[in-house]
Amino acid sequence: MVIDTRVCQKYAPCEDCIHACHHLHNVPQIPYKKHEVKWIWKDEFEHAFPDTAHEYANEVLHGREFLLLCNHCEHPPCVRVCPTQATFKREDGIVMMDMHRCIGCRFCMAACPYGSRSFNWRDPRPFIKNPNPRYPTRMKGVVEKCTFCTERLAEGKLPACAEACKHGAIVVGDLADPNSEINKILREHFTLRRKVHLGTGPSVFYII
Amino acid sequence: MLEKALVGSKKYYALVFFLAAIFLVGFFFFLKQLKFGLGITGMSRDVSWGFYVAQFTYLVGVAASAVMVVLPYYLHNYKDYGKLTIFGEFLAIGAVTMCLLFIVVDIGQTHRLFNVLLHPTPHSMLFYDMIVLNGYLLLNLICGWTALHAVYKGTKYPSWVKPFIYLSIPWAFSIHTVTAFLYAGLPGRHFWLTAVMAPRFLASAFCSGPALLLILIYIVKAFTRFDPGEKAIRALAKTITYALLANLFLFGCELFTSFYSGIPGHQFSIKYLFAGLHGHMKLVPWMWTAYALMLVAAVLLVIPQTRNNLGLLPLLCVLVVIGTWIDKGMGLIVGGFVPNPLERITEYMPTFPEVMISVGIYAAGFLIITVLYKIAISVMESRGLI
Amino acid sequence: MHDAGKVIPGIIAFVLFVTVPFWTNFGKAAPKPQPEIPKEYKKCVESKEFMRREHMKLLRKWRFDVVRNNMRIYINSEGKPINMSLQNECLRCHSSKKKFCDVCHDYVAAHPYCWNCHIPPEERKGWATKEVKSLTEEASSEQPASHH
Repeated sequence: MVIDTRVCQKYAPCEDCIHACHHLHNVPQIPYKKHEVKWIWKDEFEHAFPDTAHEYANEVLHGREFLLLCNHCEHPPCVRVCPTQATFKREDGIVMMDMHRCIGCRFCMAACPYGSRSFNWRDPRPFIKNPNPRYPTRMKGVVEKCTFCTERLAEGKLPACAEACKHGAIVVGDLADPNSEINKILREHFTLRRKVHLGTGPSVFYII
Repeated sequence: MLEKALVGSKKYYALVFFLAAIFLVGFFFFLKQLKFGLGITGMSRDVSWGFYVAQFTYLVGVAASAVMVVLPYYLHNYKDYGKLTIFGEFLAIGAVTMCLLFIVVDIGQTHRLFNVLLHPTPHSMLFYDMIVLNGYLLLNLICGWTALHAVYKGTKYPSWVKPFIYLSIPWAFSIHTVTAFLYAGLPGRHFWLTAVMAPRFLASAFCSGPALLLILIYIVKAFTRFDPGEKAIRALAKTITYALLANLFLFGCELFTSFYSGIPGHQFSIKYLFAGLHGHMKLVPWMWTAYALMLVAAVLLVIPQTRNNLGLLPLLCVLVVIGTWIDKGMGLIVGGFVPNPLERITEYMPTFPEVMISVGIYAAGFLIITVLYKIAISVMESRGLI
Repeated sequence: MHDAGKVIPGIIAFVLFVTVPFWTNFGKAAPKPQPEIPKEYKKCVESKEFMRREHMKLLRKWRFDVVRNNMRIYINSEGKPINMSLQNECLRCHSSKKKFCDVCHDYVAAHPYCWNCHIPPEERKGWATKEVKSLTEEASSEQPASHH
């Protein structure tokens, strides 16, 4: 996935992708921040890229907000530590969650260097205002995160965030295919990935 | 032998019922947690492990420390530990049981616990932790119980148990090493990402565990005719001293690496714990208390006159136990989560139900230890050994 | 036997205690469950007998295939492809969980927790209580939903 943060800045404070994702996947809106659940959200440069940010960064970067979500790492630490394989890497590279198997030990949350995982500290249902009847909710005691919309990919659709973006800021494609659109974009633009030095191989790229 | 646990003095019954009552109170709060979810605790999206995992970590150390009496007695034939060994092993049984209970209350889907067995995952450190902890519980049950049974029968322990005793020695090291590996192998958690994590865990275990054992022995000594002998107590005090010094030394190594290298990410958690970060300083008084207690204890334990003062020693042990408990429990676990991977700060303090559940588990553990110690004392009395 | 006077009544009391459910329900046979079969559809995924006996195994296999193997189509014994989904496929015909699933599950006191996550037709309108609704609305009007 490539996110063109210039487009996001131009249309700020647009949050169409976040709303689409959270509505479609029945992600609860819990006002109590400690119990918050989120799959995709925004944060500032120095928090999205704490190792890259510095005090002399230009003003453009300062005002910009960055979309954050699961990086679907090439070497995901969450998958390494999960004691039940409730989180696992699919052949196509998507890091998937099996909510039926998760025991809620939260080892994956300690392991994820991107803070991409949320735990259901309580029953999320009362906090889902307008549920999507086509998708399940979660129950208390399991960990959840972005699944790269596997249910939509199976129907040949784009992930909800990419489809929801009217401005084309989010492009999704096959990194393994050298001729794919996404590889073309990556060849032509300067991009950043979050915390590359940790060796996790994040699959979300940011055009600066 | 079990029947010895059923007959005792009024004080013994009172203690048993008192601990059982506290356990039930804890269990009541656990039921509330099952109903509401782990949101009943102070944990959050950012600090996703807290008091439970902290107690777990600390108690794995206490359990592992039994090896500090088992090893000299069985490998070096250090006879003075003869009477102490069984007590060390029984303390380990209580401690491992508490560890397992703390895991049970910490996971979100309690009834899915056995998924860990159903889907064994050798690349997860928790898989190994499950094996080594349950194995260690079994080993101590076998070794402790047969040793006491031999005393009961007035014989030497059977030779078939020897391999189990020898196995229990490296096994003790393994439980705390694997527990350290739970934390030390995570990318992006600078505070935990250190090769001295396992050695430091062992060092703090080998001072806090024997210190707790000595405190318990002093209590047993006060209420029964049991006396491990001055020589044994002094020897154990030396173990505590060296391990405490090693623990402080390894902490110094951490400080050096973080601050001489000047890498900010390596300093954030330490700064948060000892000075506060951006005005967040809930743990600062706790951490200074922990290190003040450990330093005072270290100085007084190094000086032979104070270390060998058998009246002062239990007090020093209390300092060691509390100091390491804060440092390794709250400090180590919560410190690793602050700041979060996005360098934002969420603080943590356990809630009342969380503390009550933990107290309940401690009551269960000490109930087990009480009963086992009672059996051991009665067996020794019946043989005229004490 | 030592203490026979205590042991034997003790055993009897214990047996009585553990068989309490039998005594309290004695002679009160619950009526045979009658799950409501959808009228407009003639055929389920497999035969009625198979579904009655094996539906839990089938659902478990579906769950495994969809979530873990990324396989979403089940080919039944007649060669017909079926979308593997409890919430979107099974409940398309069985339009009431209460009148279908619960009838037998309650009878045999089985409590599958599928519904803790999957949304049954009866609950599609949601669960937000008034109190929580006002709380969340407040939060979302004050600041963007995902903002720190």
